[in-house]
Amino acid sequence: MAQVQLVDIAHTRSGDKGDTANVGVIAYDPDHYELLRDQLTTDRVKAHFGPMVRGDVERFELPNLGAVNFLLHGALGGGGTMSLMNDAQGKVFSTALLRMEIEVPDEVAEVVAGRGRMPAEGVPGGSVPTDPTSGRAGPTT
Amino acid sequence: MSDNGRIVRVASGQGFWGDDLEAPVRQVEGGPIDYLMLDYLAEVTMSIMQKQRARDPNAGYARDFVPLMERIFPACVELGVRVVTNAGGVNPLGCAEALAEAGRSAGVAGRAKVGLVTGDDLMERLDTLLAEGHELAHMETGASLSDVRDRVQSANAYIGAAPIVRALELGADVIVTGRSTDTALTYGPLMHEFGWAADDFDRIAAGVVAGHINECGAQSTGGNCMIDWWRVPDLATVGFPIVEVSNDGTFVVTKHEGSGGWVTRGSVTEQIVYEMGDPSTYITPDVIADFTSIQLDDRGDDRVRVHGITGRARTDFLKVSIAYSSGWKATGTLTYSWPDAAAKARSADRILRQRLDRLGLHFDEIRTELVGWDSTHGTLAGEPPADLPEVQLRIGVRAEERASVERFTREIAPLVLTGPPSVTGFAGGRPRVQEIMAYWPALVERDAVEPHLLVDVKEV
Repeated sequence: MAQVQLVDIAHTRSGDKGDTANVGVIAYDPDHYELLRDQLTTDRVKAHFGPMVRGDVERFELPNLGAVNFLLHGALGGGGTMSLMNDAQGKVFSTALLRMEIEVPDEVAEVVAGRGRMPAEGVPGGSVPTDPTSGRAGPTT
Repeated sequence: MSDNGRIVRVASGQGFWGDDLEAPVRQVEGGPIDYLMLDYLAEVTMSIMQKQRARDPNAGYARDFVPLMERIFPACVELGVRVVTNAGGVNPLGCAEALAEAGRSAGVAGRAKVGLVTGDDLMERLDTLLAEGHELAHMETGASLSDVRDRVQSANAYIGAAPIVRALELGADVIVTGRSTDTALTYGPLMHEFGWAADDFDRIAAGVVAGHINECGAQSTGGNCMIDWWRVPDLATVGFPIVEVSNDGTFVVTKHEGSGGWVTRGSVTEQIVYEMGDPSTYITPDVIADFTSIQLDDRGDDRVRVHGITGRARTDFLKVSIAYSSGWKATGTLTYSWPDAAAKARSADRILRQRLDRLGLHFDEIRTELVGWDSTHGTLAGEPPADLPEVQLRIGVRAEERASVERFTREIAPLVLTGPPSVTGFAGGRPRVQEIMAYWPALVERDAVEPHLLVDVKEV
């Protein structure tokens, strides 16, 4: 077995309902859904966030979409217009979960390495400019 | 009339108040659509609109909607595109009147009808409802609304598709509602077109899923898409989602040919899980949809087929969105530069807190974040390195008393000359004091609301 960061096997989206953040975690490869289901337990997710999530963590399974959904209660500083947080609506809360280390078989670790990161080479036709003179410099080789 | 093979296209034009103003124009002009849905409302939006209406009785709706319609009204009339929106916010009547005026300016007088849906606003009836025994208890804490009754600023029921269907039956070309459920802006037109019965749970649930995919605009078509975001083509002209729905409730998510972005299994799935609670029990005013039944087939070419959706009977309750005044807040920022940027910012934070203490000010909360280090990942970011090129100190305070927050806003600028060195970024002036509108979600029996809903359809 090998350790990989969740960012390499899943993408996420999060949003808010009052003071609760939701984090949907979607396997890039539907075959890795079971890995998510087995490793992302409510206890481990709660421990990962530590003081950032004051209330309970609830989990729901969506095997049809290769996804699990978490509700993180008491995560948004009171929520809505009450919150003093930069991310008051939990828009990027999910990316903090992507830091989590999970255990996967060695052969999976080899395949997924770097999956969730922009490749170092340029990306013609995509959203990142490859011409360094076009404002923000794109990745260079 | 057989509906076999007939497709109804509902296009999304706005995913929130402040969304891409050109998107609805591209939706109308870029290819065939039957309906344009424009979602302007979120939990915080209603309270913002409420504050605006308190200052100006003609305000309280999504003002962007009116000039937008002035632009697209003639094209919508000529092409037969009907528009359904919750732009009315807390003042749908004011919105509909401004819309009719915009229609006359745009030259569609006598050729179009505006539908107005009212009755979701419970504010004037609130004490009657409480007296009748409707508790409107907080959905999460169970607290009684009487705890905050004197501070309530707005109360709106999330209403379903029935009034939208009625307005369409009466020939409305543009329908303005208040707090219609976001998804009803999509499934309302589908119920009207296909004549789905109120107990046709599976098909209405399919319409709900279509509505959920539409309701946040480009968030399902490559915008804010985490999966291979660097490869998403031409987001400058991103195509907003269009659902092509068949009478059996199956549908294809797509976008106009030649538009930017992409529609893939991944982009659609990210939107499906957005703001999701228990996926097996997605409650709307008209049906409970089971999101664990959704099947997606990515056909390539920016077409994702959605099928298999099941639903079950609606509940006897409607959700109510209540906003109440809950004190004041302000947030100040300063930027510190290398070397030791984070240490400088933290030193400034300590100095500021000492000064607030000496002034005898009391706050319910003081929150410090370092933007560029820990404002999104909190404690998971760990300790910042000494060689960070720069960091933004962001301090927020919250208090019941406006005066305390007001004084806080005068304590930020002095730090520039009386605190740690290499600090900048105060060109914006003093932080703004904001009134906090707290959110109080509740349930109410639908029989206490639905008989009060009114549909009014008028010629422009």
